Amino acid sequence: MKRNGIFFWIGAAVFLIAIALMTKLITNEYPFFAGYVILQFIVLAVAWSILGGHAGYVNFGTSAFFGMGVYTAVFLFKVAGAPLLVQIVAAAGVGALMGFALGLLTLRMQGIFFSIATIALTIVIETSITNWRYVGGAAGIQLQRPPVTWPFSGYVQMLFFVQAVLVVLAVVVSRYIQNSWIGRGLQALRDDELAAECTGVPTLRLKVLACVVSGALMCAAGAPAAMYLQYADPSSAFNLNYSVSTLAMSLIGGTAHWAGPIVGAILLGTTQQLLTVTISSEVNVLVLGVMLVLFVVAAPEGLIGLLRRVRDKRREGKQ
Amino acid sequence: MISGPWCADPGRRTSAPSNFGGKGSACANREGGGSGAGQGGPYVFSFELLLDAVVLGVLLGCFYAAVSLGLSVAFGLLDVPHVAHPAFLVLASYAVYVLNEFYGIDPLLAGLLITPFLFVFGLAAYRLYYETFEKRGSDAGVRGIAFFFGIAFIIEVLIILQFGVDQRSVTAPYIGKAWRIGDMRIPYRLVVAFAVAALLTTLLALYLSKTFMGRAIRAVAQDQEALRLMGANPIRIKQWAFGIATAVLGIAGALLIIVAPVDPTLDRAYIGRTFCVVVMAGLGSMTGTLVAAIILGVAESIVLTLFGASWAPAISFAMLLGVLAVRPQGLFGRRS
Repeated sequence: MKRNGIFFWIGAAVFLIAIALMTKLITNEYPFFAGYVILQFIVLAVAWSILGGHAGYVNFGTSAFFGMGVYTAVFLFKVAGAPLLVQIVAAAGVGALMGFALGLLTLRMQGIFFSIATIALTIVIETSITNWRYVGGAAGIQLQRPPVTWPFSGYVQMLFFVQAVLVVLAVVVSRYIQNSWIGRGLQALRDDELAAECTGVPTLRLKVLACVVSGALMCAAGAPAAMYLQYADPSSAFNLNYSVSTLAMSLIGGTAHWAGPIVGAILLGTTQQLLTVTISSEVNVLVLGVMLVLFVVAAPEGLIGLLRRVRDKRREGKQ
Repeated sequence: MISGPWCADPGRRTSAPSNFGGKGSACANREGGGSGAGQGGPYVFSFELLLDAVVLGVLLGCFYAAVSLGLSVAFGLLDVPHVAHPAFLVLASYAVYVLNEFYGIDPLLAGLLITPFLFVFGLAAYRLYYETFEKRGSDAGVRGIAFFFGIAFIIEVLIILQFGVDQRSVTAPYIGKAWRIGDMRIPYRLVVAFAVAALLTTLLALYLSKTFMGRAIRAVAQDQEALRLMGANPIRIKQWAFGIATAVLGIAGALLIIVAPVDPTLDRAYIGRTFCVVVMAGLGSMTGTLVAAIILGVAESIVLTLFGASWAPAISFAMLLGVLAVRPQGLFGRRS
């Protein structure tokens, strides 16, 4: 293993241990409530950029995957009182299936048409769920959390830890994809799909793979949200804000490196939490819009891109 | 609240939480719903109801054409991924609302009054878009769509901060009354919307086919480089076209608020409707826009009659998906 790799695994382990210690040491529940949302956005942003960053297919359907994750959990919980782990695994399965369908969609449409199709998909799924009485319909559904299992002192703490595990999982997958032939193939097809196909890159298989992985992770990130809020309703589970926030986080951080979406999610997620608490959720959306526009206009490569540019300049200066 | 035109009663302010996109609100109170069939739930099917639905659908379709015209120019002809188009539309509606509520100006006249401002706004917006995206080349489409989403969110929130999330409506003599033909009741506001929309579509189609500038706009859509070789400046023509596309929103915004009350997040529903119409029409075809909009209007109206309002939000998006999957070039496509 390379030195870089060792550092990465140590970092991941330290992160999980720190999270576990936090759940033991901090008694106030609020940090977990706020932190949970940020962790959730890290998973979403990292998962989004597997397709959006490497392959260049801009998916506006994050909320569709997230919402389906929520409702898979709701459905399983209502039918069988399934435990959290089962909910998450099942949601990942559903997300993989949806991702597969999305991957096939890329056969017919690219660029902006793909993006519009993903928005359309979101609304169609949302409307179907709205009309499904069993899971609460438009009015939503209340859920009673089951008693918490041993090592944790409270349910929110457990959800916080679970989401942290998902973060590590997502980052590991994303990092692996970036460094392997999959990532290189995806980048080739982003730059020129036809040329990639001609030089023997299996474009369709790679696109479908990226969609499946990205979809499974997004859905899995959504699953614990049902228990987190103890309530689910279609209009908030499928809210377009998830799609735009995720997109904004990835673009702000920069999609050229797996760390970009993490940086973006932490930055924007924290800002949003602070704004929601101190001012209002409307201003929060305003800031989201402004930051998205600013970064797309002024720093299209995101923070990671800016950092690289600065480093390159310094290197030139030394020579 | 997506139920849009179906939530017909102007002046009635629903206090239902107005979240975005796809809330099929329980607004079954259709003015046009004829023959006293059970209001509220899905209707029992009958020929009369179908006829009702089709007539209303056609009227509504023309209205959809009017609100999609601008996008048909911006996205269809200029390839600008203008997702903020519906947000501009709602913004125009609020301008009309202010002029109507505080100065007592007729909504249609108000729409005309704001048109020049919208034109200038459109010129500026295109300039900004061009300088930041098209000039730099490469994935302008992908970043462009993110950019316009950002703009749409900003407009939405600014409206909320200024006017709150309540629905707003306008007053005019033709709002709230209906025209009776036998058993059928056709609300005048839909008739007005129909007439104005048809006029607007015809005018724009004539402009694009008969005038020098209109032809130049269509030429720039076909081959920008050729135009440059002819000694014309394609960028200025495109800027002009985008100005026109935005200016049309004055009247379209007036129609939007005449047909039904408007709330700040209404634009999310109209993303589906307008893009569905434009894509189905085949990018940039004005006749196609009218036909596609009528198809959408009739489809929405029939589904609403048969299955109830809660399915309404999905129709435009489902049709959009279908068109994209089966016939991406649209009904009257200029590209194959």
